[in-house]
Amino acid sequence: MADLTTRLGTLTLPNPVMTASGCAANGRELHRFFDVSELGAFVTKTVMADPRSGRPTPRMAETPSGMLNSIGLQGPGIGAFLDKDLTWLKSVGARVLVSIAGNTAVEFAQVARDLVAHPAFDAVVGVEVNISCPNVANRGLVFACDPMSSAKVVSLVREELPRDFPMFAKLTPDVTDIVAIADAAVRAGAGGLTMINTLLGIAIDTDRMRPQLAAVTGGLSGPAVRPVAVRAIWQCTAAMRENRIDAVPIIGVGGVRSGLDALELLAAGASAVQVGTATFNDPSAPRRVLTELESALDERGFASLTDVVGLAHDRKVTL
Amino acid sequence: MSDVVQVAGEVIAIRRVGAYQHLTIVAPGVAEAARPGQFVALAVGGPTSANLLRRCFSLHKVSPSGAYGGTLDVVIAAKGPGTQWLAGLRAHDKVDVVAPLGRPFPIPTEPVACVLVGGGYGSAPLFWLADVLRERGCHVEMVLGAASEDRLFGVVEARRSADGVTVTTDDGSAGRRGWVSDVLPEIITRTSAAVVYGCGPMGMLRSITEVATAHGAVAQVAVEESMACGVGVCMTCVMPVRGKDGTTRMVRSCVEGPVFRGDRVRWEAFTDGVCRVPADTVGAPRAGGH
Repeated sequence: MADLTTRLGTLTLPNPVMTASGCAANGRELHRFFDVSELGAFVTKTVMADPRSGRPTPRMAETPSGMLNSIGLQGPGIGAFLDKDLTWLKSVGARVLVSIAGNTAVEFAQVARDLVAHPAFDAVVGVEVNISCPNVANRGLVFACDPMSSAKVVSLVREELPRDFPMFAKLTPDVTDIVAIADAAVRAGAGGLTMINTLLGIAIDTDRMRPQLAAVTGGLSGPAVRPVAVRAIWQCTAAMRENRIDAVPIIGVGGVRSGLDALELLAAGASAVQVGTATFNDPSAPRRVLTELESALDERGFASLTDVVGLAHDRKVTL
Repeated sequence: MSDVVQVAGEVIAIRRVGAYQHLTIVAPGVAEAARPGQFVALAVGGPTSANLLRRCFSLHKVSPSGAYGGTLDVVIAAKGPGTQWLAGLRAHDKVDVVAPLGRPFPIPTEPVACVLVGGGYGSAPLFWLADVLRERGCHVEMVLGAASEDRLFGVVEARRSADGVTVTTDDGSAGRRGWVSDVLPEIITRTSAAVVYGCGPMGMLRSITEVATAHGAVAQVAVEESMACGVGVCMTCVMPVRGKDGTTRMVRSCVEGPVFRGDRVRWEAFTDGVCRVPADTVGAPRAGGH
């Protein structure tokens, strides 16, 4: 049996499989299908300072091997999240990675401050800073499309967290050069990177001849985007291995449906993997991926998960 | 919400009923916990399917035991790739089942008269509901409406399950020409019905609610919202519903519903295939939007 322990900077987890933010709500729903404390970490739905209703419906369109969503960060606000959701996750022994966002950099920091001050903060193993949600009114405001905006958010959140507390910046692949954004986030104090968020897309209803989503645009996710995730992880890992940017751990996310999918992201350079849209197809998916990944490592004779992280870079054919 | 199971179901029967397909699936563990109004979320296309989203259907009926173990029945209309795949299943094919899901129809504590209204195959869960109500001593009237005769579901079953049955079709090909809302006032008045149960398209549920409210009855409606997961994690099936505190929230129809008191639903938000967020909803966008 392979040792599944993974190290993400100052954070050590018993296994590398997590839920993906926004694909698992805040735990109670999936706990009916498997014990959420068995995952390496449970990643919560992105929370902002105040309650948010989210977008009009339709919010969802099925696309080939994927879907578009325009939920619009619906949520209860940080206060109710802490008292109800985080407190419940703590009660079942989950290791929690809390995803936070804000309309402004200052709001991100405010949410982080409230989180740190709460009695259930001891269940939190890290913070994921969602600077890349595409479902905002002005797409131009996506922080992760701009290195300066990314750095500002990350540095303000960093100030609110205990020293060396695990903090991951979640990036979008919808940029010209993701390595430049990764570099800015790491320089600003991100201890790791989560990649990728959804890609912006539109689907047209050919009966009504209008966009299917009420909000017009949505985020594309599911197995369809997995090669984009592998590419983004690869590019940033390559830049770290060549010392073009500081080396930090990467959490891979995008289109993982099976243990072999997870293994792809790990081989590209991720030290942990999140299971997102596949959970809508199979509510047991995160737990199943963990079992399948363990088998895949054993079948290939790897003694330890850390042996496969970034391995595809070493085995790449040199031309 | 703890009684749900995920099981590898096995189709044991599939048959055409008018414009619909009726599937019976062996799914141990579902029937014991299921109540009328709850639904099942089926995966389509097998483990490597390109259609990832679950398809959700009202439970037509359940049977806890029998020759094949526990079974559930659903009625589907093959109108897209997922439902076409389901309609193409044959005996012994496998289908992943998650059920029972959602809140069932509330059952009155007193033996009051009830009217059960189904639009098209939205009638599927109402026969089982009628049986439960009649066991409680309730007088049960059913109203089945559809665009045309082939789109009605369960007229024969209704005559067995209800004390009185009224059929309407838009084109007059069966029963009375018109809508269910045309005949509903007379039935509520004649039977002094206390509760009107409805399942079908949103527009019909809205008119059932208006008629019921105007005639002093409570409407309990099972909504049809498209869902990606059915289990409460995707946040796509939300709709604006007033809580007991009078406050409107965007709630998940898969978890808080699919059955709602009709007078709590903000029907005015639904227009032209879109559901807007009412301005007084908790967390509604402020000026500038979100």
